[in-house]
Amino acid sequence: MKELSDKLLGGRQGAVGLAILALLLFVVFPLCLDLFRLGLLGKYVTYAFVAVSLVLLWGNGGILSLGQGMFFGLGGYCMAMFLKLEASDPVSTKIQTTPGIPDFMDWNQLTELPWFWLPFKSLPLTLVLVLVVPTLLAFIIGYAMFKRRVGGVYFAIITQAIALILSILIIGQQGYTGGVNGITDLKTMLGWDIRTDSAKYILYFVNAGLLIGCMLLARYILTSKFGMLLLAMRDKEERVRFSGYDVSNFKIFIFCVAAMMSGIGGAMFTLQVGFMSPSFVGIVPSIEMVIFAAVGGRMSLIGAVYGTLLVNFGRTMFSETFPELWLFLMGGLFIAVVMFFPDGLAGIYDKYARKFNIAGVTSKYVAKFSKKAAKMIGEKYE
Amino acid sequence: MSNTDFVLAIEDLTVSFDGFKAVDALSMYIDKNELRVVIGPNGAGKTTVLDLICGKTKSSSGSIKFNNIELTQLAEHEIVRAGIGRKFQTPSIYENLTVYQNLEVSYPVGRSVWGSLTFKRTQALSEQVNKIAAEVLLTEHLQMEAALLSHGQKQWLEIGMLLMQDPELLMLDEPVAGMSAKERDQTADLLNRICQNRSVLVIEHDMEFVKKIAHKVTVLHQGKILAEGSMEKVQSDEKVIEVYLGH
Ligand SMILES: Nc1ncnc2c1ncn2[C@@H]1O[C@H](COP(=O)(O)OP(=O)(O)OP(=O)(O)O)[C@@H](O)[C@H]1O
Ligand SMILES: [Mg+2]
Repeated sequence: MKELSDKLLGGRQGAVGLAILALLLFVVFPLCLDLFRLGLLGKYVTYAFVAVSLVLLWGNGGILSLGQGMFFGLGGYCMAMFLKLEASDPVSTKIQTTPGIPDFMDWNQLTELPWFWLPFKSLPLTLVLVLVVPTLLAFIIGYAMFKRRVGGVYFAIITQAIALILSILIIGQQGYTGGVNGITDLKTMLGWDIRTDSAKYILYFVNAGLLIGCMLLARYILTSKFGMLLLAMRDKEERVRFSGYDVSNFKIFIFCVAAMMSGIGGAMFTLQVGFMSPSFVGIVPSIEMVIFAAVGGRMSLIGAVYGTLLVNFGRTMFSETFPELWLFLMGGLFIAVVMFFPDGLAGIYDKYARKFNIAGVTSKYVAKFSKKAAKMIGEKYE
Repeated sequence: MSNTDFVLAIEDLTVSFDGFKAVDALSMYIDKNELRVVIGPNGAGKTTVLDLICGKTKSSSGSIKFNNIELTQLAEHEIVRAGIGRKFQTPSIYENLTVYQNLEVSYPVGRSVWGSLTFKRTQALSEQVNKIAAEVLLTEHLQMEAALLSHGQKQWLEIGMLLMQDPELLMLDEPVAGMSAKERDQTADLLNRICQNRSVLVIEHDMEFVKKIAHKVTVLHQGKILAEGSMEKVQSDEKVIEVYLGH
């Protein structure tokens, strides 16, 4: 399986693949799409963080989490809480019974900011919490499950149950969380209006940059001995354990990394879309994320990103014309992929790319195209 | 129990599954550099003894000491790190990895999360992999996907994975099952080579093979020791002939 080692080592193909993706995200899409479409794309890219995390966790580690939405949501809520506090300054909320607290708290007769909102007054602290809160929850769940050797289907069901509980909790505690509407009407970050066109462009690029960063981190993990151990654990967990490894620690770690990546995606979602709600926390979004990764290819970091983008563009196009049909189509797509293309789009690409040496040809075109694009950008800003 | 010179000292070991005693007040001692073979009819409890030693099954009572360290309270990975390697009855290798990667994963450096993330593929590693691959006759197949190996080669690969860790006690559960006559001879040579500076505990049914390798044989029956001693002594034991060798 030289192929596998090449891919793991990044190899030439891996590097070219990442370069093409970066080119699309940073140059082609921003040049070709209007701001509205680019905003949509930015939203989809935030889901891709979760898909990439699932490639690590599920594709390589064999650990299926059906609750990644909760980490996405937690990251998103952390960011939203900061933005909401900034939007709720005493001046703009002076008509409330208690000015200076978020509007939904006021509607729910709260007269004081709850203690767990206090850290979100500070941006640096918020950024830390965006990373720490999902990771910490993953650590607690992972420790409780993996140390007891809970795995496979049981783990999947338990993560799903926890995601459901979290979404119910958020909906139920309206005064503390904004309830089913979520946290809305977000405006500025340290005075910088996130709703302007320029802010949207900047956030789009930051988002794409963070995604590439997460992919590089994921690739580093996969090419290290840790990555090989993930594959080994997926294949024969007992053998790994009886080779002197504490398997549970490895699972806890990768679950935490996956949660942290998902949380970053959630925070970027909040910034770009301008709200966060419990509909991104529960079972349905969690399962959708798994479908994105499966369609793109659960073994391929790059494939998972394309899978996410394609399925979401498909949804947008379809639900404009036949909204009721979309869910069935997505379900059917998932079944078809699992049955006929277990390695997803990446698997199909691999199979045919090898035949026609697509990597070689595309890298030539990419080189040509990037020169052209660079010239175009140059002209645009002259 | 006082300290001994034995590599492995099992005393009064018992495990019961829902009242059924698979291993019953078993005592057994293995010397340094000894190659011991355990034989016995199906269901005698041979695999269960290995499970108990390597921590896969927890004992109901009794003691297992490895170089005078009590093993019964240790976690599986700690027992491995103490110096015990175990081959499973059905070859247990990573089918999706290459032979080289199978050996690399078993290299006993970078065993913690952080250690594995920062692990560097050193010269020492590739030398060790090549050395072990030659030992288990897989040099030609280093880049092959392990799933494509023959059954016998998979057995060798798993032995090789254990040798990567240079264990002081090597436990092999039916290492020649599914091997051709030629492969059996090669395996016998292999075991005679690798027991030079370590103790080996082998479970086997093939008496021809046992004759070629055993320093001493233990016969297990219904969780108890039926006979123990040299191959000739055990083979002429009436009880052994009755329950095991007779048919
Ligand atoms: N985890 C378990 N739970 C219940 N019973 C068990 C368990 N493990 C082993 N046994 C029983 O203990 C007995 C001994 O099994 P063991 O696998 O040790 O036999 P063996 O000597 O290795 O046989 P074989 O030569 O067929 O491999 C069998 O009757 C088996 O059914
Ligand atoms: Mg057995």
